[in-house]
Amino acid sequence: MAVQAAAQSTVGKSGADDREMLISGCEAIAHACRLADIDVVTAYPIRPYDTLMQMISKMIADGDLDADYIVAESEHSQFEIVKHASAVGARVFVGSSGVGWFYAMEALAVTAGLRLPVVAVVGNRALDDPGAFGCEHNDALAVRDLGWMLTWVDVVQEAFDIALIAFRVAEDPRVFLPCALGLDGAFLTHSQSLVRVPSKEKVDQFLKPYDRGSKLLHPDNPITIAPQVNEDWLIEIRRQSDEAMKRSKGVIEDAYRDFNRIFGRNYSPFLEEYMTDDADVVLVGQGTLALPVKVTVRKLREKGKKVGFVRLKWFRPFPTEEVQDCLKKFKVVGIIDRDYSYGSPYSGGILYNEFRSALYDLPTRPKVYGFICGLGGREVTIDGVTEMINMMLETAKSNKVDREVVWIGVRE
Amino acid sequence: MEARSDLLVEEPQKLDAFKGVKKVTVEEYFGSGHRTCQGCESALVMKLMIKAAGPRTVVLGSTGCMYVANTTYYTTPWVVPFMHTQLGSSGSAALGTAAGLKALMRKGKMKEEAINVIAFCGDGGGLDMGLSAISATLMHPQYNLLILCYDNESYANTDIQASGGSPWGVNTTFTPPGKKHRIMQTRWKKNMVGMLAAGHPECRYVATVCASYALDMMNKVRKALSIGGPTFIHSLDPCPKGWDYDPLYSHELGELAIETGIFPLYEIEDRKLKYYGKTKKIVERRLKRKPVRDYLLRQGRFAHFIDEDIDYFQKKTDEMWEKWVLPGVIPIHPEEMGK
Ligand SMILES: Cc1ncc(C[n+]2csc(CCOP(=O)(O)OP(=O)(O)O)c2C)c(N)n1
Ligand code: SF4
Ligand SMILES: [Mg+2]
Repeated sequence: MAVQAAAQSTVGKSGADDREMLISGCEAIAHACRLADIDVVTAYPIRPYDTLMQMISKMIADGDLDADYIVAESEHSQFEIVKHASAVGARVFVGSSGVGWFYAMEALAVTAGLRLPVVAVVGNRALDDPGAFGCEHNDALAVRDLGWMLTWVDVVQEAFDIALIAFRVAEDPRVFLPCALGLDGAFLTHSQSLVRVPSKEKVDQFLKPYDRGSKLLHPDNPITIAPQVNEDWLIEIRRQSDEAMKRSKGVIEDAYRDFNRIFGRNYSPFLEEYMTDDADVVLVGQGTLALPVKVTVRKLREKGKKVGFVRLKWFRPFPTEEVQDCLKKFKVVGIIDRDYSYGSPYSGGILYNEFRSALYDLPTRPKVYGFICGLGGREVTIDGVTEMINMMLETAKSNKVDREVVWIGVRE
Repeated sequence: MEARSDLLVEEPQKLDAFKGVKKVTVEEYFGSGHRTCQGCESALVMKLMIKAAGPRTVVLGSTGCMYVANTTYYTTPWVVPFMHTQLGSSGSAALGTAAGLKALMRKGKMKEEAINVIAFCGDGGGLDMGLSAISATLMHPQYNLLILCYDNESYANTDIQASGGSPWGVNTTFTPPGKKHRIMQTRWKKNMVGMLAAGHPECRYVATVCASYALDMMNKVRKALSIGGPTFIHSLDPCPKGWDYDPLYSHELGELAIETGIFPLYEIEDRKLKYYGKTKKIVERRLKRKPVRDYLLRQGRFAHFIDEDIDYFQKKTDEMWEKWVLPGVIPIHPEEMGK
């Protein structure tokens, strides 16, 4: 009942758009889906993403959105259904969290392999067992090699905005790849803030209808999709996906240019820099941990410490050149992972090793720390971030790194 | 307000029954280009299925012989649009395709037209892995679609392993007879259609078919596509490789499966059960069932059976006809219901 009341109060009639609304990350994306006029959406319950599907079902029930809403019997089906709807030309939306996302893993792999522009939300959640609903990024990151574009969001407004950008980039025929939006479970899915929700006219200017073109599965276009190719052709097809992922970078840049123009924003596509001017040491991370990190950076700046923060927005495609250009300026960088990668180089997190690899070819490289923190949804605290920065400041002086990878905020 | 949701229903294609073999369309929509085994009945099922459905059809095919051996890149036999789906996804593939088409047409984004949606799966993909998605799909009355399970009684494509559709005692590569255990396959074949009918009372049409009776088979497909809502057909398909017999006898083995009463032919339309073909005669006691021995001993996969095994098989088959509350369909004995 409470849920219904909440949903009711936030569903705007289309005439009422272009206004500010106090909504959560989940609600913001539901509104983006409404304005994008999605055709098919599938739902299966798992916390914390599922609030989003509750919102969408209410929008449909109230006539604010015209879409086929299918309550699936598992995440595997949930993702398979939208995959097939996308193949016949429908704009589709889906989502999951944690083990639910993993239950769909087979469908996730082939959706990317088939180049179907499915847009999904992952309300990031730990992979139980042992049971945990808190935020960790290992769920969404598990598809990082498969041809999914992956983006992480910081605040509710950005959740709304990136959802529109995701449809546009995924459905661009130069790309035709699925896109997942990482929303930190609880921190973003369920926290509210004021969001500017634009008019349908503006959204239509930005987002053209999905056109599958010659790849449409329809009796007027009787093609065979996904025949058995084996060693005869698979490597060429993999290469095409690789090219598409590379092209997506330019398409993302175009989309941001148009987005900024039409909606009056000033986003840079791949990285957000915070107080990095003349910094010696910077932390790097993604998602909502930006907030405690920014607060800590500001406090330490007040004390004269030369610290800054860089937030990664797109994990796939990974913005290698932008990362190099940005991070080469600093003496020490600390990569924050809200994930783990047991047995990896230096036992670092996933971001840590991606960033180290991206920095490898720089003529002069910063020293790199890996910080693993916030697992299972544990709060990333100002004390914890201060601890990271102090280690980095020490290294900026000594030029020595004692421990490459440090777990922060763990009871010993 | 009406009790039925306004989310229901657009009209499906109206495909009347072919009135005799000579009335069957000559056009083929499953052409050359496949590389199934000689005598493969499942390939015939594909051909008849799409002949019955016609050109305004989208076909989705689960992994298995009918995908792998049929659609080698550049040599697709499908004249209609075809898309592969995952082994357990026939239900979801049909549902997603039907939902996509329906939404686009309702919203004026696609020309309105009744397009048949058929998803097929094997016994592995249907009776085992895909059961949950098939069940879920049969619960959505607003989508017109057909799921057809071609049952060759093993995971054939991966080298003939036992599935939920494999008969009791059969020799498969996962259930080989050995020195200590003659019978490794201890499971009786899953009663798929009876289960689906009992479990999905709103599903308007389920049927069993066998391509040895081609005209009946095609007409069941046409009815399933015309009736509206999600439907299911289970086809028993002799498989020379998995069953180990000369490809010459596929047709005959299909007939024997029916004549021995091992596989019954029936349809359930709006909850009314109709037996047909020789099964109808068996039920009406106008035809005596042939002994299962006649069927089993024609196939290498039962060559290890001793008399005791054949007797057991016969006894279980007899029960289907003599004890089941609905012979061949619902395996509940009245005495177990306390009567
Ligand atoms: C998820 C998954 N597990 C296993 C396989 C391997 N596999 C490919 S075809 C096949 C056999 C399927 O058997 P069935 O559905 O009976 O079709 P048939 O091969 O007999 O025609 C299997 C197990 C797969 N493709 N996908
Ligand atoms: S193994 Fe059986 S089902 Fe597969 S192609 Fe051969 S005969 Fe057909
Ligand atoms: Mg099989």
